[in-house]
Amino acid sequence: MATQHSRAAARLMISPAVGVLLIWMIVPLAMTLWFSFQQYNLLYPDRTGFAGWDNYRYFVTDFRFGAAIRNTLVLVLGVLAITTIGGILLALLLDQPFRGQGIVRLLVLAPFFVMPTVSALVWKNMFMNPVNGFFGHIAQAFGAQAGFDFLGQAPLMSVIIMVAWQWLPFATLILLTALQSLDREQIEAAEMDGAGAWSRFVYIVLPHMTRAITVVILIQTIFLLSVYAEILVTTNGGPGTASLNLPFLVYLASIVDNDVGMGAAGGVIAIILANIVAFFLMRAIGKNLET
Amino acid sequence: MGKITLRNVQKRFGEVAVIPEIDLDIDEGEFVVFVGPSGCGKSTLLRLIAGLEDVSGGVIQIDGVDATTLPPAKRGLAMVFQSYALYPHMSVRRNIAFPLKMAGLPPDEIARKVDAAAKVLNLSAYIDRRPGQLSGGQRQRVAIGRAIVREPKAFLFDEPLSNLDAALRVNMRLEISELHQTLKTTMVYVTHDQVEAMTMADKIVVLNAGRVEQVGSPLELYRTPRNVFVAGFIGSPKMNLIEGAAAAAEGAATIGIRPEHLDISSNAGTWAGTVGISEHLGSDTFLHVHSDHGTLNVRAGGEVGLRHGDRVWLTPQADKLHRFDAKGARII
Repeated sequence: MATQHSRAAARLMISPAVGVLLIWMIVPLAMTLWFSFQQYNLLYPDRTGFAGWDNYRYFVTDFRFGAAIRNTLVLVLGVLAITTIGGILLALLLDQPFRGQGIVRLLVLAPFFVMPTVSALVWKNMFMNPVNGFFGHIAQAFGAQAGFDFLGQAPLMSVIIMVAWQWLPFATLILLTALQSLDREQIEAAEMDGAGAWSRFVYIVLPHMTRAITVVILIQTIFLLSVYAEILVTTNGGPGTASLNLPFLVYLASIVDNDVGMGAAGGVIAIILANIVAFFLMRAIGKNLET
Repeated sequence: MGKITLRNVQKRFGEVAVIPEIDLDIDEGEFVVFVGPSGCGKSTLLRLIAGLEDVSGGVIQIDGVDATTLPPAKRGLAMVFQSYALYPHMSVRRNIAFPLKMAGLPPDEIARKVDAAAKVLNLSAYIDRRPGQLSGGQRQRVAIGRAIVREPKAFLFDEPLSNLDAALRVNMRLEISELHQTLKTTMVYVTHDQVEAMTMADKIVVLNAGRVEQVGSPLELYRTPRNVFVAGFIGSPKMNLIEGAAAAAEGAATIGIRPEHLDISSNAGTWAGTVGISEHLGSDTFLHVHSDHGTLNVRAGGEVGLRHGDRVWLTPQADKLHRFDAKGARII
């Protein structure tokens, strides 16, 4: 009974929740915008007042800014490539009938439950450490002095591996459910039609999974643009600016450099960039979600 | 082309023998219908022929060539699935073209064949639509189109009409029969609906619990059912099966008489009874008569003047009486 009356009642009922959410979002956003136009440096408490576009100018012209943008893109794209392709392969594997399927599927999910700081520390100390890490031990077993120094020599790559390991289960799970919803008769029909395993994958399975792949890419992009904890506990953005991304630069500006105003300006820039990415992403692949 | 021979074909899923052992010959150009109650193994048998399931034993020959271990695509058969199994992301054109594309035919030849098939099946107007935008009957025709472009040795239909509404089912039944007249290709058709079997088949194979109960033309099965199961399964409404004293009087364990072979009279006859529910179809009236031998179905004319509760007498036509022994086999 969606009468005028019940609709009005419904609006009234949800208005507290909507109101809280609105305040929750609007207040920090407004404060960030406000600070980004203020002189607000914790080292110089006496310098206050309106700063105009100076904070933005300083942030964009910072020598680390270009590297941060580049690294953010490489990080997002790298993790997306690994998780989508790896996720499809893992999903195909897990879709096969085998003994202990339930347990294996549960185990595959495990990395997603490990918090980012912990997983990054485990990777850093137990796997990538050139002397004591797992890979280091393997290298030593083959007679090398020490293993490859992942965090020193390939810091961004190392961060990508850690983050991809975290997100691979998510992609696998979503793609696996998509795979399981595929009508068996379609595969059989394709088999009768003379399609080999590869053709069946390309023409039947992959198109069936497009929507799930789109969802995986969209959701992951949102989270990957703000990767921060993994960098903080492993490379701290370094060496130099080698593994510095935009959220980490915001952190450096506002916490390490004590320049709250510049940090806020960086935050606003990050919001704008994320929206630009989201816009193009939605346009490029969002139409898959319609039909 | 299109002769299929099954010799000692068996299928087991673990310990369960779905098909204990079957021998069957399907001749060139024949329209063969597998019919039986659900779970009788008819779909499994079709999938064995298609190659979608591996046989547990026995030999399947197609045109005299051993096809037992051939993959489905190499058998030269086309199948229409119950769910149609159309590819939802492809247009009608690409759906029909798919098997040809997989066979590596040149694009212009594919286009020609697809257009020809679409014309035969009245699909030309929808050729660029996706399956999701089509009605049930149209989807069914696309599925058939995808099968005929391959020019297979035989068509396999797995309950193709069960998802359609009653009116459409009658239409599609005619269309498939007409297609068979035009193409003259062997067709194997699985259904649980004995009306479809009777109306379409050249040869009916009645299956029960993985065994062939009887093979024959529709009228053969109708006139001389080999056992009680076939007698009860073929014909609508069902044949009246009577056990006990009335059967013993005929020297049988069970006697069967079809509703149309019972003469009804309001003053004299063999069996007495009272009229229960009567179903008026206009051309016919089906009467449920409660007698000493159970409820009997009687087919009477459309103008019969009997009412609920009327006292009637039924007389079976002696030459139309079927007699079965204690094991259910026909007594000749």
